[in-house]
Amino acid sequence: MLEETLKRIQAHKGVVGTIVVNAEGIPIRTTLDNSTTVQYAGLLHQLTMKARSTVRDIDPQNDLTFLRIRSKKHEIMVAPDKEYLLIVIQNPCE
Amino acid sequence: FCSDASTEMGEGLDEWAAAKTLIKPPDQLELTEAELKEEFTRILTANNPHAPQNIVRYSFKERTYKPISYVDQMAIHFSLNGNMILKDSDEGRCQNARLSTEADSKIISEEAEIKDEESTEDIQAAGEEEAEETGTAEAAEAAEAEELPPPRPKERKLANQFNFIERASKTLNNPLRDRACQSEPTPCKNFSATANQWEIYDAYVEELQKMEKSKEKEKPRAHIAKKEEKRRGRKSTSLESQSDDITKVSKAAKIMERMVNQNTFDDIAQDFKYFEDASDEYRDQQGTLLPLWKFQYDKTKRLAVTAISWNPKYKDLFAVGYGSYDFMKQSQGMLLLYTMKNPSFPEYIFSSESGIMCLDIHNDHPHLVAVGFYDGNVAIYNLKKPSSQPSHKSSAKSGKHMDPVWQVSVLFLSSNLLLFMWNLLCLQNELVHTDVIKLSVEGTTMQGPEGLQLQTFGCGTSFDFHKKIDYLFLVGTEEGKIYKCSKCYSSQFLDVFEAHHMAVDAVSWNPYHMKVFISCSSDWTVKIWDHTIKTPMFIYDLNSAVGDVAWSPYSSTVFAAVTTDGKAHVFDLSVNKYEAICTQVVVAKKKNKITHIQFNPVYPVVIIGDDRGHVTCLKLSPNLRRMPKEKKGQEVKKGPEVEIAKLDKLLNLVREPAGQAGR
Repeated sequence: MLEETLKRIQAHKGVVGTIVVNAEGIPIRTTLDNSTTVQYAGLLHQLTMKARSTVRDIDPQNDLTFLRIRSKKHEIMVAPDKEYLLIVIQNPCE
Repeated sequence: FCSDASTEMGEGLDEWAAAKTLIKPPDQLELTEAELKEEFTRILTANNPHAPQNIVRYSFKERTYKPISYVDQMAIHFSLNGNMILKDSDEGRCQNARLSTEADSKIISEEAEIKDEESTEDIQAAGEEEAEETGTAEAAEAAEAEELPPPRPKERKLANQFNFIERASKTLNNPLRDRACQSEPTPCKNFSATANQWEIYDAYVEELQKMEKSKEKEKPRAHIAKKEEKRRGRKSTSLESQSDDITKVSKAAKIMERMVNQNTFDDIAQDFKYFEDASDEYRDQQGTLLPLWKFQYDKTKRLAVTAISWNPKYKDLFAVGYGSYDFMKQSQGMLLLYTMKNPSFPEYIFSSESGIMCLDIHNDHPHLVAVGFYDGNVAIYNLKKPSSQPSHKSSAKSGKHMDPVWQVSVLFLSSNLLLFMWNLLCLQNELVHTDVIKLSVEGTTMQGPEGLQLQTFGCGTSFDFHKKIDYLFLVGTEEGKIYKCSKCYSSQFLDVFEAHHMAVDAVSWNPYHMKVFISCSSDWTVKIWDHTIKTPMFIYDLNSAVGDVAWSPYSSTVFAAVTTDGKAHVFDLSVNKYEAICTQVVVAKKKNKITHIQFNPVYPVVIIGDDRGHVTCLKLSPNLRRMPKEKKGQEVKKGPEVEIAKLDKLLNLVREPAGQAGR
């Protein structure tokens, strides 16, 4: 079920790459090359932790569900989970 | 010395010489008379003429040689080292003792027999020598024998003036040994954490959960099934903890997919949310349907959409049943649930062997979907469970319908007008049906062979329960009649309407007005009825077989109908009683028949299903959603009363002539 979902996401229009990162910031699944993956995983892991900390500090009953960073070239979407992090980079069609 | 001596000696010498003949030594100085009378002074001192007079010694203080002030003047003429010992000294006594013992050895033999105290006294007076001798003589007498020389007095040890003797002793020093023991270092781990507001909150929540769990465990457990579930639960958790399960990302992946889709279909999402067609102002009451998303799934390409229903709880979720209206060719069926948040892939997929004809979602349990099949079976799918098979399915044993199940709505209607009430008995996990009504159509007895009278049942194709009056419901049949029935009467119907010439495809009560319902049929017409009146209030001819009709949830006067020529018609009776305010071709290809339409209860969208397996979502333009305009100064009234009043007003306009004419 999950495999299909990930495949669909990867096959979707404009999606550049998908990375699954575990709780320690180590990528366990990726469709990009190694160096890029490691870079994305490390940086986004930290950012997600910070974002989550921010949200929860303001209201501990709240929690981060999604993080989206839109840049000039593409959009990085991060979906945090209890133990994992799913990162998708997409070129939104404009 | 007297220096005069020489002169005297000279004179003496002279006298002697006078007396005698002067003898002159050969080396005598020849002195003159004057020189002979010269007086030489001679001083007698105690100085030693041989002593040096200028001894110098080196002075380290002044670093020079300095003459000594005094020189020793003693002249030694003769010296002899003597060997005399003082009698009283120790050495002397020892010597005496030694000598006396030697002498006594000779005396003992002579004086052995004599005992003389006087002699001893004499000896004592004489000296110690003799005292010693007598002492030894007495000892010898006492000894009385030819003894060897008596023991000598012990020689005393020489000691210093303090009579101090040093004694020391040393204990044994044990050799030192070094012994060490090292334990294994305790494993250390670096731990760092920040104490945030939410970390504290999490800790408290965990504590709370633990407490609750412990409370639950205290409650007695009688049900075995629960125990089994617990076991199963334990098993599943242990499995999960073993493997580094990536399937836990499924939730995140779902959200991600929706986000990705949102990006791709960004403009559509924006339209859905915010777009209001401004040109409606200029269209003079006409409205449009803006196509939004199109939902399709490759496995349903050959199937027709046979049923659509919105989920009562999740306003963006809708269920689509797939089957086939072609009764010659029946294939498998599918049940898909889509969400508007993800237009590219359905959320839930169920497949079945028989084509689905109808479906309904339970109002109170929105995870239960009831489905009626072409083969007469009925099934209930539970969305909470992950299996792709229905959780309950009727079978021949439990009494299935003989014919295709046309409509489902907590109750099921089958084509031969048997209304079963299917109850889901949780404990027994069975679908049990109870007959609600079994209608027999009056006056349609047929003459069968051998004169048997068969009562043919009419075929029901659609029904609808009244929203407020619980027991009242309508049934539409294949012949075009509509029966008004009640749950209380199981074999009789309350009323019948000669509605259409062909099969009634849909009947629906008005959501606001108590008395009004609408029906549509393949005879190209849509009719609006008051159930107390036998003739319809409004009739609309749409030039094509009408597949479905639906009231809008926001207004009592708006309804939409779809026809097999691919058009959707939207009517608003308060705006235009005779014509549709929107007629629009909705599906792309020709020969694509639209089969169903449903309004979303919350959003201004409709979904339309066609017989190619596509579901299209369209947004209603503002003209189609018109609310009654407020008069100046008056408040805008909202709510069902307003809607009812609105419709009533319309009906009254229609009714009077109909009332005059019809009744």
